[in-house]
Amino acid sequence: MENFFDLVPLVVFVPLVGLLINLFTGKHLGERGVGIVAVGASGIAFLISLLLWLAQVDTGYKPVVVDLPLFSDWISIPADGVEIPWQFRVDTLSVTMMLVVTFVGTIIHLYAVGYMHGDERFPRFFVYMNLFLVFMLILVTGNNFLMMFVGWEGVGLCSYLLIGFWFDKPGGVGWKNSDAARKAFIVNRVGDFGLVLGVLITFWTFGTLDFYKPDELPVAAPHAAEAAEEPVFAPEIPHEAEPHIEGPMGVFNQAEVWLEEGGHDVNFGMFSLSFESTITVITLLFLLGATGKSAQIPLFVWLPDAMAGPTPVSALIHAATMVTAGVYMMVRSNVFYHASDAASFVVALIGATTAIVAGFIAVGQWDIKRVLAYSTISQLGFMVAAVGVGAYAAAMFHLVTHAFFKALLFLGSGSVIHGMEHGHHHMAHGGHDHDDEFDPQDMRYMGGLRHKMPRTYWTYLFGTLALAGIIPFAGFWSKDEILLDALKAGVDDARLEGYLAFVLLVMAAAFTAFYMWRQMALVFYGKPRHAAAEHAEESSNLMVYPLIVLAFFSLVIGVINVPSGFPILGAIFGEHEFTSWLEHAVTYAHAASFNVLLASFAVVLALVAIYVARAIYNDRALETLGQQDPLELDERTEGLFAVAKAKLYWDDAYFRYLIFPYRRAAYWLAEQLDWRFWHDYVHKTVVQKNFHIATEFLTQPVDKGIIDRGFNSLGRLMQIIAQRIRVIQTGYVRTYAWTVLLGTLLVVFIILFPVIRGMLGL
Amino acid sequence: MEASEVSIELYVLLSAILFIMGTMGVLLRRNAILIFMSVELMLNAANLALAAFARQWGNGDGHVMVFFVMTVAAAEVAVGLALIVAIFRTKKSIDIDDLHLFRG
Repeated sequence: MENFFDLVPLVVFVPLVGLLINLFTGKHLGERGVGIVAVGASGIAFLISLLLWLAQVDTGYKPVVVDLPLFSDWISIPADGVEIPWQFRVDTLSVTMMLVVTFVGTIIHLYAVGYMHGDERFPRFFVYMNLFLVFMLILVTGNNFLMMFVGWEGVGLCSYLLIGFWFDKPGGVGWKNSDAARKAFIVNRVGDFGLVLGVLITFWTFGTLDFYKPDELPVAAPHAAEAAEEPVFAPEIPHEAEPHIEGPMGVFNQAEVWLEEGGHDVNFGMFSLSFESTITVITLLFLLGATGKSAQIPLFVWLPDAMAGPTPVSALIHAATMVTAGVYMMVRSNVFYHASDAASFVVALIGATTAIVAGFIAVGQWDIKRVLAYSTISQLGFMVAAVGVGAYAAAMFHLVTHAFFKALLFLGSGSVIHGMEHGHHHMAHGGHDHDDEFDPQDMRYMGGLRHKMPRTYWTYLFGTLALAGIIPFAGFWSKDEILLDALKAGVDDARLEGYLAFVLLVMAAAFTAFYMWRQMALVFYGKPRHAAAEHAEESSNLMVYPLIVLAFFSLVIGVINVPSGFPILGAIFGEHEFTSWLEHAVTYAHAASFNVLLASFAVVLALVAIYVARAIYNDRALETLGQQDPLELDERTEGLFAVAKAKLYWDDAYFRYLIFPYRRAAYWLAEQLDWRFWHDYVHKTVVQKNFHIATEFLTQPVDKGIIDRGFNSLGRLMQIIAQRIRVIQTGYVRTYAWTVLLGTLLVVFIILFPVIRGMLGL
Repeated sequence: MEASEVSIELYVLLSAILFIMGTMGVLLRRNAILIFMSVELMLNAANLALAAFARQWGNGDGHVMVFFVMTVAAAEVAVGLALIVAIFRTKKSIDIDDLHLFRG
């Protein structure tokens, strides 16, 4: 089984081969061929991930580092001690990510074959999708921060390409799409700036970027006793392993050792920082990176706009995988976050605030995908908050379950949009007026789709319940664990951020249930409010089957991490399976035991929120729904809804306080500095004028005076000489013959001269 | 055939006379054909001298040279006559004093 580890480069290479095939032959393969290649590449990557999982189980969860043949010396400057190899890391954390990415990826690829049917750039779409898988898998399998960064930027690129995939849609929509793509890219640059700085400081501090060196186990320093508090896992945790490993260490173990020893200052040339402060700086910079990629406050504004991309893209990149890269990165760096209380505080606060803010904004949206986008931001906030309160395993658990149910919801919304477009198309052909105002994503035009698209409805319901956290759906387990860990951090460790995060997250959870049921009601219940909804039809099987698979997993995936002490299920599926699995890679993963009170509280809260949503969006309200929400009509909630609808004025604030001033400064600089000073003064006055003077000097006295006159004189001299000697050229052949004769006689005379002289006795 | 009755001096003298005649023809005549014939005369004067010396010294190299000269002369005739015909066609004359395009 250990040989399976050598397969890990294939996880990256198989999608790469798939994309190359589609890139060069996609035009000739046809939709079927392209689909088979793309889905096949993704599927094979999933199978390899499965093998890696089995190999991990078989070898006792030992982390393995695999060199890429021929490419292992990626960046190597031995003289300066810079060694950054291209190494793949197979441990429980990366295998978890690989399984999620490739499994959800395969399902979404399959769905996309149906969704993108008939698109003129069908092959290109799948080239981009496979390219995304390549980079995402590099991101999660890399054994150092730089490989992770390569993947990080690569998925950003694919995100950009896919958000703007329909850049040429008519009627200004194409412009909107490409604007959204640029927005995503630029906002992510801000975050990436933080990540790059963090990575550079990491390298400066540790002299390496490797997470762990080969054959090195992640170990908590002995003082980190709280991690070993749960006796359940004691036999499996390698905490007893030698903490002081001989030879060079990866960054995390090195950090443990230095933290343990204390007194390590990091010299930055002009100043030096204590090691603890350096870690805080690094983690805060990493957090900035995560707020970009994982759409947290203050950089979350790109994600809702990113919904301009095709729906499978929203599902795969902007819900299930890429946006969780920030969470993965922070969980990977759990040693750092664990070491810095200040950074943890900020992380928890940002995550929890994002969760509640995005949950609030989601209530005021009309676009079916935008609601889900804000929901994604909110759920990512849960994960980030979990990292902040030290619940790394819970963060990963929520990442996994969220990948399933949010992918399901997005694909379901794609199915709904498809149905609406189908209905609209049908309507246009049926002789109705083709109104250009129609937006197939606007929930105001929907309603009553429960009967038109029953299978989509049922799967969507599963996704909604999972997201709302209703037992036994997946979201219940993971969300409950985050809430519990937050509360525990507050109560047990007396950490303020624990309480704060708990309160905010509970409110966010209530909002989640509310806006999801609002969406259910607007989309599926009541009666059709538009002719397009009237004529909507269920999507093709290729799109519906992936929904069913994901719905199944949204129901059951939670059992991978049943909390300890949970009746019945704990006995069947084992307790904390996922947490103890992760503990082999994540040093500070720890599990929480089941708390009936909290779980019941969360479920009841969600149910109450759903009940309230049902009461507000009742059949009568749905029937009379015009352009305004029932919340808008009620004067008590009117103001709040307006705020939510305006996205909390967050984008507006960016425009007013950042972009407009920036533009004004740019205009001013363009006018004053570039045009007036640079162009008018420097170019026109200084450069051009002096240039004229210099060239004038060079042309008049130098070129015309000296050079021209010199050569002209030489020419005239030649003419005069030629005039004199031309007369000897008579043109008569006989003259030349005489010349030849005389010349010959002369030569003969010269040759014979010594003989003649001898004869004459001279 | 015995060849020793005529002394080498006479051969050389004849050769010199022929050569000078040829030279005079080339230098003094204006008719291109006649000039041409004079050149042939000079060549054959040289041939005579070569043959005579070869015989005098009993060395075959001179004979070989004669054959080369004859071959070259034949080629020269072919080219030279063609040139004269071409000149006649354009100038309607073969007087070489009419050809002074290169006059400086």
